[in-house]
Amino acid sequence: MFRSLVLPEFLAKIDQVKCIRCKRCIQNCGWSVYSWSGDKVLIDTFKCVKCLRCYHYCPEEAIAILDNPVRYRNNANWGFYNIRNIKKQAETGGIPLTGMGSDMPYPVLFDSLLIDACQVTNPSIDPLREPMELRTYLGKKPAKLEFEKGKDGKQKLKTKMPPQIKLEMPFIFAPMSYGSISLNAQKTLAIAAKELGIVMNTGEGGLHEDIYPYRDNIIVQVASGRFGVNPDYLNAGVGVEIKIGQGAKPGIGGHLPGEKIPLDVAKTRMIPIGTDALSPAPQHDIYSIEDLRQLIFAIKEATDYAKPVSVKIAAVHNVAAIASGIVRAGADIVYIDGFRGGTGAAPSIIRDHLGIPIEHAIAAVDDRLRQEGIRNEASIIAAGGIRSSADAAKVIALGADAVALGTSALITMGCTVCGKCYTGNCSWGITTQKPELTVRLDPEVYSERLINMIHAWSHELKEILGALGINAVESLRGSRERLRGVGLDAQTLDILGIKPAGR
Amino acid sequence: MSHNFQKDISGCGLIGIINKDRTRISGSFVTKSLCLMRDRGNGLGAGYAAYGVYPKYKDLYAFHIMYDEPSAQRDTEEYLKKNYYIEKKEPMPTAPVEGIKIHPILYRYFVKPLSEKAERESAELEDDDFVVKTVMKINSEIDGAYVFSSGKDMAVFKGVGMPGEIARFFRIDEYEGYIWTGHTRFPTNTPGWWGGAHPFTLLDWSIVHNGEISSYGINKRYLEMYGYKLTLLTDTEVVAYLFDLLVRRHGLDVLTACTALAAPFWKNVDTMHDEEKEAMTALRVIYGSALLNGPFSILFGHKNGLVGFNDRIKLRPLVAATKGKTVYMASEESAIREICPSPEKIWSPRAGEPVIVELES
Repeated sequence: MFRSLVLPEFLAKIDQVKCIRCKRCIQNCGWSVYSWSGDKVLIDTFKCVKCLRCYHYCPEEAIAILDNPVRYRNNANWGFYNIRNIKKQAETGGIPLTGMGSDMPYPVLFDSLLIDACQVTNPSIDPLREPMELRTYLGKKPAKLEFEKGKDGKQKLKTKMPPQIKLEMPFIFAPMSYGSISLNAQKTLAIAAKELGIVMNTGEGGLHEDIYPYRDNIIVQVASGRFGVNPDYLNAGVGVEIKIGQGAKPGIGGHLPGEKIPLDVAKTRMIPIGTDALSPAPQHDIYSIEDLRQLIFAIKEATDYAKPVSVKIAAVHNVAAIASGIVRAGADIVYIDGFRGGTGAAPSIIRDHLGIPIEHAIAAVDDRLRQEGIRNEASIIAAGGIRSSADAAKVIALGADAVALGTSALITMGCTVCGKCYTGNCSWGITTQKPELTVRLDPEVYSERLINMIHAWSHELKEILGALGINAVESLRGSRERLRGVGLDAQTLDILGIKPAGR
Repeated sequence: MSHNFQKDISGCGLIGIINKDRTRISGSFVTKSLCLMRDRGNGLGAGYAAYGVYPKYKDLYAFHIMYDEPSAQRDTEEYLKKNYYIEKKEPMPTAPVEGIKIHPILYRYFVKPLSEKAERESAELEDDDFVVKTVMKINSEIDGAYVFSSGKDMAVFKGVGMPGEIARFFRIDEYEGYIWTGHTRFPTNTPGWWGGAHPFTLLDWSIVHNGEISSYGINKRYLEMYGYKLTLLTDTEVVAYLFDLLVRRHGLDVLTACTALAAPFWKNVDTMHDEEKEAMTALRVIYGSALLNGPFSILFGHKNGLVGFNDRIKLRPLVAATKGKTVYMASEESAIREICPSPEKIWSPRAGEPVIVELES
């Protein structure tokens, strides 16, 4: 057999003196890195993805996972992965796949933005002592309200409000389908969303019957494969989302391999067991903006105009004009996913080279909708590489109403962003359908961790608002005057609509 | 859309007087009160707004305009002549004051938009909207020209100086009005520009403001979506325009507008009964970008009354008092007692709760 010339990325090592031969590493590794020789644990380091499951479950701290010190000869142009991918393609003829968001060193604009704070002329506010409000409503907002005088002389609301999705904090969980992640992972999201007063999103995989009870905290997604879509499904949540694109793979469809489609996933998706679930690149009934309008209104008809309809797109070069068209087509929410956004599976060539960052996209979209006088017509959700509450605060200041969290939510479940979601071997039980792996993710236990993390971010966001001297998130939203750029060129500052630090 | 923000940071002193029975009083009262609050100003800006001062011309818009250069005056007047009937044009009456060496060219005009609408630009607009457009146009497009008063039967006088100096300069004691507001300013970062003093006005709305609008960035962008041009290098401007948008253009009553601008906290809304809760939620959801956040006390004058209100957690002082048909509002109790030594009632309005006083009809 031809021996692979693809260099292993990692070097798994066991300290044989410390090792007590308990074999927990063998049980825990979803990748079959470890095996038993009869008297000691053997290692196939080629299979290691550095998910660190074994490291955390070794009772003796005998395991170390190192970056493979053997690299190709240093070359500023031909990097390790350039060479490695070519070797891989030479052996397989295929498209190298990957999971999670791009790990390429493109500049992260969030790291060049700084937030204002109060000194002397306006007092900062202590969120531990004063109310600090994060409540956010997603949906179409009329430009103005009308009141009429009631019999008691008081003002009565005359305007009929369009449906809104109420969030206790400006976070939602990003769409991750049942199939790409395990049912336990979805349950974890659902439990946390309910407890936090926010929403999760089904992604394109239908809705398992176990999740139906969380209907007040669910957005259901309709994507190009139309998996699991039926009238009950459309009405099963508080909103419906049409997925046009995803930041990690703009312009291409989805592919859930048959290995990840056991009975339950098949039932939920309404497809045969073990068949590949292919989501076409475009939605085949949407070849233009007027087709999107028809689908938006078909969904509104099916849901009795009682739920906001969101349209999710990848951030691409012309995102502002596209978003404007989506709003004019009748969407109540525009969900924009930056190119650093995560994925369960994408060709790495697509993930790493298509789209634009979320910072530019939100700034451009918010500007455009304001210039056209239609910013109130739809809420904006920002997604794609939000790593902390500071990123969230910055993207809200650039103009987003709420922020979608995918990767960060998975990290609370054990994910280490190893990027091998597409294999279905996730040792943490997140991106796998293997029962022996999914059983590791107890929704009750892990939802608590997820809730902790979102609470922590909310507290941080409140601290930021307090330092800014404001006590409502609305006063941060689109308030770019409270951001300054460090080391950004004049044109980027102009696109973001902010001043450089010092001005 | 302009990304050029400039926020005015200042501490200030405020005074407002309203005679509900429309008894006119001289500006000397308000000057006396304002001069007491010496620590609240540093001589870099003071001003007054008065209602009922131009009874002879009460159906005409009174434009007060300041010019840096004669060329700005020429361009402005050329535009006005094309679009307005000008009943009267005159230099602002002023008196020499020792502390005021330099001042802009100051003129006032009593005008109305040409009734033959076809003759003017934007013929489809109603008079008020056309005046708003004119003010925005002059302030943003004619370099060195600034309209600082544009209402009917009301006037604004303001400039760089201590309140007493500005009062003497504009001969405030010679005017009589039934609503007066006054402002002394303690700016920390804005150049001594006459246009930067308070009050800020649009049509008959006038605002004097103590504080900082920490939500200025979004308030400004929200207003820009509705065609307002924010040109005055200050955050107070947004308050005047927000009232114009919410009250005049959206038709909200003054209380509802104040409730939108200093909204009750969600924890209070959540305990309201259904109908009120629904209305308050809608108000907050729709007007979230208009929410005024940060420390402020504001006096808002308009042709039918005077409103005083604070931010949601009362980070700046505001005191109100009544005596007979007169209501006083000021930054300090002492400023009220200076001109009304024994009020019948004196109190500190609660955070976010407006004091709304209307003229008797």
